[in-house]
Amino acid sequence: MGGLPRWHILSGIMATRQAQVLGRWALAPAVTVLAAWSFVPLALTIYFAFLRYNLQDPDNTGWAGFSNFYYFFKDPYFVKDLINTVLLVAGTIVTTVVGGTLLALLLDQPFWGRGIVRLLMISPFFVLPTVSALVWKNLIMHPVFGLFAGIQRFFGSHEPLDWFGRLPLFSVGIVVSWQWLPYAALILLTALQSLDEEQKDASAMDGAGPLSYFRYIVLPHLARPITVVILIETIFLLNTFAEIKVGGIGGIAGNLTYLVFSQLNDATDVGMAAAGGLVAVVLANVVSAFLVRLVGKNLEA
Amino acid sequence: MKLRHTFLTACAVFALGGIAQAADVTLTIATVNNGDMIRMQKMTDDFTATNPGIKLNWVTLEENDLRQKVTKDISTKGGQYDVLTIGMYETPIWGKKGWLVPLAGIDDPADILPAVAGGLSYDGKLYAAPFYGESSFVMYRKDLMAKAGLKMSDTPTWDEIITAADKMTDRANGVNGICLRGKAGWGENMAFLGTMANSFGARWFDENWHPQFDQPEWKAAITTYLKVMKDDGPAGASGNGFSENLALFQSGKCGMWADATAAGSFVIDPKASKNAADVGFTIAPDKGFGKRANWLWAWALAVPAGSQKVEAAQKFIGWATSKHYGELVAAKEGWANVPPGTRTSLYNNPEYLKVPFAAMTLASMNAADPMHPTAKPVPYTGIQFVAIPEFAGIGTKVGEIFSSALAGQITADEALAQAQTYTTDAMTKAGYIK
Amino acid sequence: MARRQSPRRTLLITIVAWTIGLLMFFPIFWTAVAAFKSESDAYSLPQTVLSTPWTFENFGIVQDRSDYFRYVFNTTVIVVLSTLLGLMFAIPAAWSMAFAPTAQSRSSLSGRQWLAIIFSGLVICFLGLYFTDWKPSNALVGFALLLIFVVPGSLWAWSQNTSGTLLWMLSTKMMPPAGALIPIYLIFNRNGLVFKDWGWINLSDYNLIDSFWGMVPLMTLLNLPIIIWMLFTYFKEIPVGILEAARMDGASLWNELFRVLTPMALPGIASTCLLNIILAWNEAFWSLNLTNKYAAPLSFFISEYSSPEGQFWAKLSAASIMAIAPILVIGWFSQKQLVRGLTFGAVK
Repeated sequence: MGGLPRWHILSGIMATRQAQVLGRWALAPAVTVLAAWSFVPLALTIYFAFLRYNLQDPDNTGWAGFSNFYYFFKDPYFVKDLINTVLLVAGTIVTTVVGGTLLALLLDQPFWGRGIVRLLMISPFFVLPTVSALVWKNLIMHPVFGLFAGIQRFFGSHEPLDWFGRLPLFSVGIVVSWQWLPYAALILLTALQSLDEEQKDASAMDGAGPLSYFRYIVLPHLARPITVVILIETIFLLNTFAEIKVGGIGGIAGNLTYLVFSQLNDATDVGMAAAGGLVAVVLANVVSAFLVRLVGKNLEA
Repeated sequence: MKLRHTFLTACAVFALGGIAQAADVTLTIATVNNGDMIRMQKMTDDFTATNPGIKLNWVTLEENDLRQKVTKDISTKGGQYDVLTIGMYETPIWGKKGWLVPLAGIDDPADILPAVAGGLSYDGKLYAAPFYGESSFVMYRKDLMAKAGLKMSDTPTWDEIITAADKMTDRANGVNGICLRGKAGWGENMAFLGTMANSFGARWFDENWHPQFDQPEWKAAITTYLKVMKDDGPAGASGNGFSENLALFQSGKCGMWADATAAGSFVIDPKASKNAADVGFTIAPDKGFGKRANWLWAWALAVPAGSQKVEAAQKFIGWATSKHYGELVAAKEGWANVPPGTRTSLYNNPEYLKVPFAAMTLASMNAADPMHPTAKPVPYTGIQFVAIPEFAGIGTKVGEIFSSALAGQITADEALAQAQTYTTDAMTKAGYIK
Repeated sequence: MARRQSPRRTLLITIVAWTIGLLMFFPIFWTAVAAFKSESDAYSLPQTVLSTPWTFENFGIVQDRSDYFRYVFNTTVIVVLSTLLGLMFAIPAAWSMAFAPTAQSRSSLSGRQWLAIIFSGLVICFLGLYFTDWKPSNALVGFALLLIFVVPGSLWAWSQNTSGTLLWMLSTKMMPPAGALIPIYLIFNRNGLVFKDWGWINLSDYNLIDSFWGMVPLMTLLNLPIIIWMLFTYFKEIPVGILEAARMDGASLWNELFRVLTPMALPGIASTCLLNIILAWNEAFWSLNLTNKYAAPLSFFISEYSSPEGQFWAKLSAASIMAIAPILVIGWFSQKQLVRGLTFGAVK
C-alpha cells in the first residue's frame, strides 16, 4: 500500500455516503454481540466480587465490601499461582519462538520428504488439550509405567523421575510447548519462504556468513510473524486450563484460571471466585495493553 | 443450500429435544464412574422391563467433577438431574436445607445398616438411599509378607504397618511397601489423611471451631505420612487417588494398600489383578489413642427437591438399592460383586460371607463412629469430613497443600502452617470464628 | 545460496529433520500403539512393544462405555453451526473494515451526552435499589447492567476508527474465561439470572447449560474476534480497483458484496473456517464447565477417562485416538491454507 494509509486511497474511490452508512451498519451486529459478550459478564463479575455469596449457603447473601479481595490476596496460593501463570506463558513463548525459528530454518532447507515431515510436525497442534495432557501424563511421564521411566530404568535408575509431581510446572510447560511449537515453526517457515531468492542470493554474493545473514536479513524479516506468534500464544496460554485440570496439578502448580475455577467449584464461593476473576482480568488487560500496542503498530502498515 | 437447511433444522430439533421431553419419563441420572455404578448401568434392562414408561439417561462423571457439578446444580436449582449420586457429606446438609426429597418406596428400610442410614438422614428422615457403603481397611500381599518374614496382625498399629512397609519395599523389583492416597481433594487424600490424623489423636477443629493444624498431633501424623511415603511409597504418589492406587496394586507394585473396602472386589478379581490369590485384608491401624483410621462413607441416590419426576425417580432408586438388585448381580457376576456395605441381610447371607473381604468390611464399618470421630471432643460430626458446607472448599485446599508437601514442593512444617492460615481465614470469613 | 547443496549436506539435513519430525509425532504414535494393546500390556509397553498381541477390543469398549458417536455428533454440530454463525457476523464486519473504513473516530455523541447516558443509568440503578430496600434482585441487576454497560459500550466501540475497533475486538479475546465463568454459568442456568419464573412469564423450563442453544453462540463469540481479524486481512488484499470497476458498471452494494467480493475471498473464507473449526474442536474450558451430556463435545468425552477405575490406559489411548483422528485428518489435508491463514496477514 506504500506510504498512504489505506483509507485515503479508499475514500477517494468509495467514500460515497451510501458506502459509509452501510459500512457502519455492517459493523454493528458484530460490535454489539462482542460488546455484550465482553461487558455483561465483566459487569456481573464486578458485582459478585463485592457480594458475600456461597452457593451452598444462598440464604446468607449480602454485601461483603472488599473482604473477598482481602481473602483472595491472603490465600497462600494466590502469589504462587500468579507466578506460575507468568512463568508458564513466558517459558512456553520463549521455547516455542526460539525452537520454532530453529526448526523453520531447518525445514527451509531442501531435503527428502519435506511434505511428510511437515505433516508430522504440525500434528501436535491438532491434538485436543485434554488428550495431550492425559497422554503425556500417563503414557509418557508416569513415574512407574511411563516411557521416560522405562528409559531411565533401562539406564539403571531405580527411582525414575516423577515428572508431574516433582516438576509440575515444567512438565505442563513441555506439554504446552509441544502443542504450540508446530504453530510457531510453521508460521515462521512460511515467512522464511517468502523471503525472496534475490535477497538470499545477494547476501551470498556479498560473502555474508550464515550468522550475519541470519542477524541482518532473516531476523528483521521474521519480526512481524514473531509478534503475531507471541500475541496469539499469549491469548491462549494465559488461560491454560485443560492441561492443568486434567493433568491433576491444579493443587500443586495451578495458575490463576485454575484458582478461580477451584474457588467456584470446590469452595462454591461465588464472591471469592469473582474477586479472583477480576484479578485475572486486570492481569490480562495489562498484558493485552502492551501486546495490542505492539501488534497494532505492525498491523497498521 | 437445501442440504444445509435440512441439517440445520435437524440440529435445532435435536437441541430442542434436550429441553422438552416426550411423553415417556426420562430420568437423567448423575453418577460417579466407579465400577459398581458402571455395572448398574449394564443391569438396567431388568428395571426398564418392568417399568416400560421410564427411560434412563446416564451422566457419568469422575468423582470430583460429579461433586462440583451436582453441587452447583442443586444450589442454583438448575434441575439438570432427576437422580443424584451423593455421599454422606452432602446428604444431611442438603436435607436440612430442603434441597432433597425425603425418600419413599425404599425396599425394607429397616434392613439398612444403622450407621449408614444415620449418615444419610436428617431429622430422622432418610434423604438418600445407599447404593454401596464402605469403610477403609488395609489390603496386603500375603506372599510379600511371608517373604519379609512377617505376619499381619489382626489389630495392627501404625508402627507395625510401617515396619512391614520398610521390609517389603524392594524398589529394584518395583515393589513399594505401601501405597496411600496423595491426590488432592477432600474426598481423595484428605479422606485418608483425615482418618490417619484421627488415629494419631488429632482433630480438624477444637470446640470453638479453631483449626488444629498447629498442634503436635497433626504434625506427628503428617510427618509420619510423608516419611513412610518417601521411604516406601510409589513414585508419583502425589497424583495417586483411589483409581491410580488400584492400578498399582493390581499390577503388583504395592505390598500394602490402605484404602476403601469397596476395592475388595477389584483386588481379588483374577481377570484384573496379577496377585488376586495372595491378597489379605486387615483392619485399619491405630496409634494407641483409641481411634482406628477407619472412615465411613456411602454413595447414595437422592432426588432433588423441585423435580417433576419424583415418582419415577423414587421407583428407580427403590430398584437400584433393593435386595433384588443384589441378588441380580450375584446371579450374573458372583457374590463378590454385589454392592457391599448397605444391608444387614447381606452380611447374614452365608453365601456372601464366603467372599474374602466381607467380614472385614463389616468389622471396619462397625469400628467407625461418625458421631465421635476423634479422641478429643469436636463440635462436628463426620469422620473423614466435617459436616459443614464450607468443608468441601477447605478440605480441597488443605488437600492441595498436603499434596504439594508429598510432591516435595514444601516441607511438612510449611504445609501445616499454610493449612492453619488458610483454614483460619476461611472459617473466619464464614463466620464460625468470631 | 541454499539451492545448490552438496548431497552429503542434504542427507544430513534429511536425517536431522526426520528425527525431529518423528520425535514431535512420537507421542501420538505411542498413543496409537497403546490403543491396540490389551490393558495389562499397555502398562508394560516400553519393554514389550513388539512382542505383545494386537487387539481392536479397546475401541469397542470405549464406544460401549461412553457412546463415542454421540460426542462426535455433538462436536460436529457445535463446530459447524458456530462457524456458520460466526461467518454471518464476521463477513459484513470485515467487509466494512476493509472497504469502508473510517479514519477518525467519529463519536456520534458528545461528551456531555455520554455523561448523561451513564448518569441516568446510575440514577435508575439507585432508584431500583432504593425501592427494593437495597436488596438487588437479579432482574434489576441485569437490566441495570444493560443500561450502564452495554448500550454506551457498543456505542463507544462502534464509533471508534477502524483500527481502534479491530484492536478492541482482539482485546475481547484476551478476556480470561475465569472472569466470565460465574456470570455465564448463572445466565445459562435454569432459575439463574434469565431463565426463571419472572411472574409475567415463566422461563424456568428452559436453560442453556448443556444445550446447543448455549454452546453454539458461546463458541461463536469466543472465536469471533479471530474470525473477523483473519477475514479482514484477506479482504484487505483484494484490489480495490475491482470493486471500483464493478461500481462503475452500476453494481449495487449488495451485488458488490456477494457477487464480486465473496467469490474472490472464498479461499480466505475457507481457511478462516478451518481455523475456527480447529479452535472450536479443541476448546476445553467452557466445554468442561458447561456441558455434561446432551451438548458435551469430545473434550468432555476424554476428560471422563482422566481417572476411571483401575487400569485404563489402553482404553484411554483408544479414546484419545478416536477423539483426535477426525480433526487430525482435516488438519493434514488443509494445513497449507491453514498455516497461511494463521499468519494473520503478517506474512505476505
